[in-house]
Amino acid sequence: MDLTFVLGQSITQALGVTAIIYCLAAMGLNLQFGYTGLLNFGQVAFAAIGAYSVGVIVISFGASLWAAIPIGLLASVALALVLGIPTLRLRADYLAIVTIATSEIIRLMVRSIALRDTFGGANGINGKMGQAFHDLNPFHADIDLPFLTWTRQDLWVVTVGWSLIAIFTLATWLLVRSPWGRVVKGIREDENAVVSLGKNAYVYKMQALILGGLLGTVGGIVWAIAKQSVQPDNFVPDVTFFSYTILLLGGAARVFGPIVGAIIFWFLLVFVGEFLNQMIAAGWITFLLPTDVGPIRFILVGLGLMGLMIFRPQGIFGDKRELALDAR
Amino acid sequence: MPANGQRALEAQAVLAGVPKVPGAPKPDPILVASSVVRRFGGLSAVDVEHVEVQRGSITALIGPNGAGKTTFFNLLTGFDAPDEGTWSFNGRSMGRLSPYRVARLGMVRTFQLTKALNRLRVIDNMLLGAKGQRGEHLWASLLPFLWRRQEANNTERADLLLKRFSLDAKRTDFAGSLSGGQRKLLEMARALMSEPELIMLDEPMAGVNPALTQSLLQHIKMIREEGATVLFVEHDMDMVHDISDWVIVMAQGQIIAEGPPGDVMKNPEVIDAYLGAHHERALTESGESLTTGDTI
Repeated sequence: MDLTFVLGQSITQALGVTAIIYCLAAMGLNLQFGYTGLLNFGQVAFAAIGAYSVGVIVISFGASLWAAIPIGLLASVALALVLGIPTLRLRADYLAIVTIATSEIIRLMVRSIALRDTFGGANGINGKMGQAFHDLNPFHADIDLPFLTWTRQDLWVVTVGWSLIAIFTLATWLLVRSPWGRVVKGIREDENAVVSLGKNAYVYKMQALILGGLLGTVGGIVWAIAKQSVQPDNFVPDVTFFSYTILLLGGAARVFGPIVGAIIFWFLLVFVGEFLNQMIAAGWITFLLPTDVGPIRFILVGLGLMGLMIFRPQGIFGDKRELALDAR
Repeated sequence: MPANGQRALEAQAVLAGVPKVPGAPKPDPILVASSVVRRFGGLSAVDVEHVEVQRGSITALIGPNGAGKTTFFNLLTGFDAPDEGTWSFNGRSMGRLSPYRVARLGMVRTFQLTKALNRLRVIDNMLLGAKGQRGEHLWASLLPFLWRRQEANNTERADLLLKRFSLDAKRTDFAGSLSGGQRKLLEMARALMSEPELIMLDEPMAGVNPALTQSLLQHIKMIREEGATVLFVEHDMDMVHDISDWVIVMAQGQIIAEGPPGDVMKNPEVIDAYLGAHHERALTESGESLTTGDTI
């Protein structure tokens, strides 16, 4: 039993590329759901748009990564407009239905045989789509500390990724403490009250949807660059639900909620998985096969999160008094 | 606070010359509505032929449950669309205008079911009412130096209003922690933050205890003294009698009577419509409006 290895893996993953991607997606949901009250159940669609923009433009069309990124962001804005224009005038549930359906439509579309030449079908797109980014890598060696092991490529992605998160967190903080933030929080509480005070709620909701979607898209771009591969089955609705889990774990409508949530979520998931693996390898657990670990770690982490929701429903950073107000 | 100040006397004097008939023209109307119809299926919830609201007055819109008062409010403020009809505010035609535009033009409403923004602090509820805020634009919000001064001015104004409505002690509490009566006060104060010309109060006294009712009445009179026009929906005849300069009575979607409060309450048609078969009951609802736990 190598506890150092288990901890090392957990910490590496908790600070790694996957945590960054989910953190970005959850930051988007924080703006949409946490502050504005928009139920976007298709955040993964925005991530897919980002990842596939990089894959398609760089690999299928042979263009530059630096062209792919702005095109991906524009496509994300377009998706937000397509989703928002018909639904944001309606009740909140309509956005939820339309976004989850759209995220599946996008996944099935890029997976389809008819469009295989562009999107690569079920195999997705594989190739050095992030090369232009990795060429800029200032690090010369891998990092191999007792609790942290990254290749120099990962190290570069992680450095840029957390820097982006820092910038976006600062921007979120500025936004939500401004009068703009006050309006969107008002919309979350009661849209008609805000409208009766002369604010065009529709525009604010659209802005929040676009901004949150852009954060998800940045997550998708990071995904494509880091993994140099995009596959349709990476973009299942689970990604959205994990992002919501991360958001609620950290505390919705808290600026640092998604960061803390993403780190804890990935730490727990990897720790439980590796720990079980080690116990099975050491012969301490005999009733499980190594292949059972994948699902069981989700069961255990799920139970832990249920406990959190029961005993600390406001998340780690949340204010319980605020939550109690909903009951009135 | 002036119980009945200069403006009250002025408004009553002007309205004394107005004929006491439904749809009577007023000398200086701020709001004029004509043939406004709203149907829900076969039912005409609102069918108002003509109505005018005198500038600078407190006008009460009364009527039995289901008379269409709130629906009429919703139509006038753009929260609902009529099947027919036109209306103008300050001479400007208002039909089909989005509710937020109606509010920006100076016609601000409150709601029957109070809409305090629960998880916002009382002061933030107030600040939301201020108009033309630069920091409410997405890009400007990221640059606090663009809006900090304006925010400070608004905060000063909000604090004055909170003091006037005796909510200053609750300044940093969540609005959701206020009592029902305090929420009514907050909603009214928040509407005043936008400096409306016409404030439309939908049952401002519903669910408020008698002690707080008196202070609410004083606040409504104060709004008139400051030059704004008040149009409010109410059930309780005693309160209507106390504060209104003019009363408009609705029943089954139509305006059936108009006049000063004293005359309207003696009008047999009104008593008929209002009470139906229950003539022997008092014209008040004080029993209903007594809610325990509402303190100021």
